[in-house]
Amino acid sequence: MAEKMALAKAINESLRKALESDPKVLVMGEDVGKLGGVFRVTDGLQKDFGEERVIDTPLAESGIVGTAIGLALRGYRPVVEIQFDGFVFPAYDQIVTQLAKMHARSLGKVKLPVVVRIPYGGGIGAVEHHSESPEALFAHVAGLKIVSPSNASDAYWMMQQAIQSDDPVIFFEPKRRYWDKAEVDPEAIPGPLHKARVVREGTDLTLAAYGPMVKVCQEAAAAAQEEGKSLEVLDLRSVSPLDFDSVQASVEKTRRLVVVHEAPVFFGSGAEIAARITERCFYHLEAPVLRVGGYHAPYPPARLEEEYLPGLDRVLDAVDRALAY
Amino acid sequence: MTVESTAARKPRRSAGSKAGTTGTKRTTSTTPGKGGDPDLVQLLTPEGKRVKNAEYDAYVEDITPEQLRGLYRDMVLTRRFDAEATSLQRQGELGLWASLLGQEAAQIGSGRALDDEDYVFPTYREHGVAWCRGVDPTNLLGMFRGVNNGGWDPNGNNFHLYTIVIGSQTLHATGYAMGVAKDGADSAVIAYFGDGASSQGDVAESFTFAAVYNAPVVFFCQNNQWAISEPTEKQTRVPLYQRAQGFGFPGVRVDGNDVLACLAVTKWALERARNGEGPTLVEAFTYRMGAHTTSDDPTRYRHDDERAAWEAKDPIARLRAYLEASNHADEGFFAELEAESEALGRRVREAVRAMPDPDHFAIFENVYADGHALVDEERAQFAAYQASFADAEGGR
Repeated sequence: MAEKMALAKAINESLRKALESDPKVLVMGEDVGKLGGVFRVTDGLQKDFGEERVIDTPLAESGIVGTAIGLALRGYRPVVEIQFDGFVFPAYDQIVTQLAKMHARSLGKVKLPVVVRIPYGGGIGAVEHHSESPEALFAHVAGLKIVSPSNASDAYWMMQQAIQSDDPVIFFEPKRRYWDKAEVDPEAIPGPLHKARVVREGTDLTLAAYGPMVKVCQEAAAAAQEEGKSLEVLDLRSVSPLDFDSVQASVEKTRRLVVVHEAPVFFGSGAEIAARITERCFYHLEAPVLRVGGYHAPYPPARLEEEYLPGLDRVLDAVDRALAY
Repeated sequence: MTVESTAARKPRRSAGSKAGTTGTKRTTSTTPGKGGDPDLVQLLTPEGKRVKNAEYDAYVEDITPEQLRGLYRDMVLTRRFDAEATSLQRQGELGLWASLLGQEAAQIGSGRALDDEDYVFPTYREHGVAWCRGVDPTNLLGMFRGVNNGGWDPNGNNFHLYTIVIGSQTLHATGYAMGVAKDGADSAVIAYFGDGASSQGDVAESFTFAAVYNAPVVFFCQNNQWAISEPTEKQTRVPLYQRAQGFGFPGVRVDGNDVLACLAVTKWALERARNGEGPTLVEAFTYRMGAHTTSDDPTRYRHDDERAAWEAKDPIARLRAYLEASNHADEGFFAELEAESEALGRRVREAVRAMPDPDHFAIFENVYADGHALVDEERAQFAAYQASFADAEGGR
């Protein structure tokens, strides 16, 4: 039965369901047990499933991912939490050199069904290293799959699918949307994990985004509607693999594309999308693919983050520029 | 309780009579022992004399002459295989080889201490351990020839793939051991690494995790004195086995060129793991007789006299001396082994020369278990590109 719940609660319910249905599923990370995680995403799970399955780990990210790999080799399906985006880098080596490559290195003999959950992105007024969007740094690595839900329902289902995947999945959770509520129907039949979805239809221009920026794009599209512009909004949901077919189909209709993400524009996922869509849709495009995102600067102090993050106005500014061609 | 019980194996009563002393082993203490090095566990002197050791004799007291000959055979064949691989690299058949020359006792002694159900996480130099696990030696050569990045099924022999990033596998071993404990299984896990790896954060983290969760893992450090060009003094200011103390589990230094001592100490450490007593650090004090790899030139950083000093402690010569002195092996045995050794060399040589290059499309295989749209797309592009040459050829 459908129920309205916050995105954080949806992930919690999804983890609960996974722990219930598969005894091999483990949840591990710093403070995920008794505390329930700093965002309470794992609230109550240790109480119900015990310390053997919901594991408070030492404060060592490489150790968390490295031991999760070992547990996966033993047949477990660990879901590990990295407490904040900026803290993933001690584990980056294990993720890139081991987690991503072991299936290939073993000629397919070994599978590593590990989910790495990372609360990411800004907008919550946090201190340094708590607001970053490092998804491109992982998307560049073959062997990893990268997803990011934008709403509670997707969060619930995409977590189910990520845990069921036999590939390692980096699960980027839009932390500023943790408290946004939406209908979640555990009886529904979800779409494929790596498929994009049109969340608003339009004819003049396509806005493509994922995670926290989908909401911003939806608001931008609503504002543009009042000015008589019809914007299509595409929730990409998955960064690797990226559903270029859906982007292409939308762009062939609207002929204009603006990609929006919080991560820095330079070498960001928008650059890859722009390049591939230019290849695929060269004769359909009426304007260059434009990108809106963070600047090539360290994530700024909280008092400046509104200037750094793409907001409604910056998205609409790019829309205007694209429509002016 | 203040310590997380997660994944911890509950201590059980010791299974065998030999285990009665496990809780009282001298490990990180500085009590002087026998011989020149107060902390070194040694059962066979470099001259091949059996010396008594009250703490570890129990683990090898029932060893038969046949088993002793077996250890000798393992070391000789491993060295022969290793020499063949070095030659094959010189002949251009392999791109690189990491020789284990000098470390045969550490690897065979620890490798033969393992049960079939135990699981091994090696570095890239554990050819002797691979031999003990029954991994076909020719399978080790694929990655050094450049036809794959690991050519065996880890679960086939409970011998994980070689790991090239230094120290990473100690965390995998620890996680695996946490899983073993969760499963309530009786097996143990052993993680191999070297003196250089002891400086890696992953190794320290694996010590932390293993200690906190009381994981059934043995950390087997082959201190071969050199991390490429850097001597152990550049890695640590304390003897490596003493590192364990700070993490809350025992560490012991064993003569890494003494196969009997390595066997005994590893058996003890594995028994601790199986009995729910948690991790142990074993530092096998040995020497890398050869270069780091075939690409290395040790003359740039170390003197021949150091090597000569270690040659006098050779692991194979010392066991042979013991076998001969105790009449456990006759000339026939050594002659037969020599012939077997040459046959192994021949077989390896022929297998490597016959090893085919992989299919071009192997690039795209097993990148993902469940597939990936981009990999499919690029494979198709690659196929079209390759086919374009065929078309061009056909058009001529």
